Amino acid sequence: MRTLPSILTTAGSVLALAGSLTLVPAPGLAADAKAESVVDKGKAIAFDRKKGNCLACHQIEGGSLPGNIGPPLVAMKARFPDKAKLRAQIWDATKANENSIMPPFGRQQILSESDIDKIVEFVYTL
Amino acid sequence: MKKLLTIAATLGLISAASVAVQAGPQQDLVEFRAYFKDRFPDVPFNDYINGVYAIDQASREQWESIEEFPPYELNIDKGKKLFNTPFKNGKTYASCFRNGGIGIKQDYPYYDTAKGKVVTLEAAINECRKKNGEEPLKWQKGAIADIAAYMAYTSRGHKFDVKVPADEGALAAYERGKHHFYSKRGQLNMSCADCHQYNAGNRVRADILSPALGHVTHFPVYRSKWGGLGTVHRRYGGCNKQVRAKPYKPQGEEYSDLEYFESYMSNGLELNGPGARK
Ligand code: HEC
Ligand code: HEC
Repeated sequence: MRTLPSILTTAGSVLALAGSLTLVPAPGLAADAKAESVVDKGKAIAFDRKKGNCLACHQIEGGSLPGNIGPPLVAMKARFPDKAKLRAQIWDATKANENSIMPPFGRQQILSESDIDKIVEFVYTL
Repeated sequence: MKKLLTIAATLGLISAASVAVQAGPQQDLVEFRAYFKDRFPDVPFNDYINGVYAIDQASREQWESIEEFPPYELNIDKGKKLFNTPFKNGKTYASCFRNGGIGIKQDYPYYDTAKGKVVTLEAAINECRKKNGEEPLKWQKGAIADIAAYMAYTSRGHKFDVKVPADEGALAAYERGKHHFYSKRGQLNMSCADCHQYNAGNRVRADILSPALGHVTHFPVYRSKWGGLGTVHRRYGGCNKQVRAKPYKPQGEEYSDLEYFESYMSNGLELNGPGARK
């Protein structure tokens, strides 16, 4: 049991090292670009009227003609320190509020699991 | 002690149940109105006949200018002509309705105790045709909407007076309509009430949601989106599709009961059909 933390620490520092190394040359840029594209994809799915259509109800930065049925999506990291809770809200809003008008995107298979993951990444940047 | 409690509980249940039966539609009506009065304190009761324009000043002006040269005017003329054209047997629609069919739309839909079902104005029009040996018209648009538009026009200014008689079947039809209104449906899991009660006045994208109070007063309606007239069942179908639910058949029991509920909720409001909407 006692060795576990040190293994973790070691692993952690290796990761940290890798992280700082990648800051220098091209591979890091590639990683950033990839991360960004997940956010971009999430944004596209969220804004697509046939997919998330989140703008029907929420004001979201960068989206035009938003509805006002739901609260503006801002300061999401502060509102949802736990990302899993944010995902749960999008997956099935009726869990938190039984009578919610927000469509249960996961439960009703309106969006795929991977689409929801991407939306979560996007919403977390707001 | 235990026995006493059981008796009390039983009595309690019994009296609650009998109150509920008595209260029913009437109590619902009082609460429904109070809900909107509370949500829109500045909107006068009779203004609900104007739908979304009762609560949105910005679009109201544009709409009022449309109503000055109403897009449904030709339909009223066509409807009048159809209404007065004799069937092959020489009779006309007038023979089927109270007061020759003039100024009577406020009575519809009604519960027909003999047939055991809700009868809408459109159903009565086709019933009249069948009775006189004519083919029924297609529901939702075209000639039936024109005739209904003319009949609505002659009823302008009359107040909705839909009754739920003390009849088991009538109450059941009313309750089914109410249940439909408040039930979540479709892949998107939304009820009529979600949009037209709890979020009336809010925007879905750029569309402001109308209050359900007064929903039926101006039907059939001319919609620019349709480029013509449509019945309220046509509209219900569209709203069901929006939430990715399969629309029910026009003039089937589901929509007739729903219209019965919505119309009862609009009792006391003036008829102003046909109307024009986006
Ligand atoms: C038809 C309306 C509607 C749609 C569409 C909708 N929402 Fe919502 N949303 C709401 C409402 C209303 C709430 C308020 C809480 C509740 O009633 O569930 C809410 C709450 C939220 C919250 C919690 C906000 C907070 O600060 O607590 C998040 C996050 C959210 N929605 C994200 C989304 C995303 C992402 C989409 C699209 C994939 C979306 N919503 C689509 C109506 C909607
Ligand atoms: C996703 C939201 C939504 C749901 C759910 C919904 N509607 Fe609608 N409905 C609308 C919008 C948007 C309009 C057009 C703007 C307006 O007049 O409210 C509309 C219009 C209407 C109209 C025409 C109003 C008029 O003044 O001409 C009627 C009647 C209506 N809806 C009934 C219903 C009924 C009954 C249900 C349930 C079976 C329902 N709606 C469900 C969004 C919705």
